[in-house]
Amino acid sequence: MKSLTELKDLRNKVQKEMKKRDQGTRAEIIVGMGTCGIAAGARDILKAVLAEVEKRDLDVRVTQTGCIGMCEKEPLFDVKLPGKERITYGNLSETDVQKIISEHVVNGNIVTDLVIARHKSE
Amino acid sequence: MRELSLHILDIIENSRRAEANLIKIIIEENIKNNLLKIIIEDNGNGIEQDKLQSITDPFITSRTTRDVGLGLSLFKSAAENCAGNFKIDSEINKGTKVEAEFQYDHIDRAPLGDMTSTISNFIATNGENVDVVYQHFYRDKSFKIDSREIKAELDDLSIQSRQIIAWIREYIGENLEEIRGGETF
Repeated sequence: MKSLTELKDLRNKVQKEMKKRDQGTRAEIIVGMGTCGIAAGARDILKAVLAEVEKRDLDVRVTQTGCIGMCEKEPLFDVKLPGKERITYGNLSETDVQKIISEHVVNGNIVTDLVIARHKSE
Repeated sequence: MRELSLHILDIIENSRRAEANLIKIIIEENIKNNLLKIIIEDNGNGIEQDKLQSITDPFITSRTTRDVGLGLSLFKSAAENCAGNFKIDSEINKGTKVEAEFQYDHIDRAPLGDMTSTISNFIATNGENVDVVYQHFYRDKSFKIDSREIKAELDDLSIQSRQIIAWIREYIGENLEEIRGGETF
């Protein structure tokens, strides 16, 4: 059974790893978690995003947002790479998540057929 | 919603948007009294009294009340369809408390579902800004996780770090399994 005391060891281990990491700006994935998103399966999409980020050991910031008014295209998320335009992907399945993370987040190539909106950098 | 844990995710998303920095979730599986109770309490901005009356009416909710939307009305009908009750109390600048009761063995009651994902995903995306206390009672056993206690062990390391989230997910899963006699949900 896990206990809170394990966290201290884990902390020391993770801190060592973090120091090696580039502290520059990070990519961000923002998952739509409104009622519409949740009803369409956003929790599993978020879970798949977190699993993929963990599996590939990526330095990505994963956050959530409410309803953005594109309920019919849920589940959806945005990918924002540092210095690039923010891309919204929609009607997602868990296999799309893997595809977007490997092609866009890792390699910087937008997965055009899944894009539902583009936003000029703020 | 297919699972009650999805309703819970939806309600705590309201709390997040209401700028809460502490959310308490209590689930009581009181099988002896054939009752399932869910309480979600936050310290967010709160809801005005006159809005509170109509907040669970899906037809009154419109742009002015869009901050809250459909989620509460769906949760309310989920409870009322299972011979249960629904209550919401709120005070401006103090917070909001939502309580839902379900007849435990009602045929229309959705399963509780994957609470581990609901809680660990929320901490993974909001843990730095919003603290979560989750307490789960099953028969005479209970389990509690408090993100503030975890942060106290982490010093300056983010609670949203992947490795910490993986630990939290396993911690919740193991404990739920333990109190629920081998079943996470």
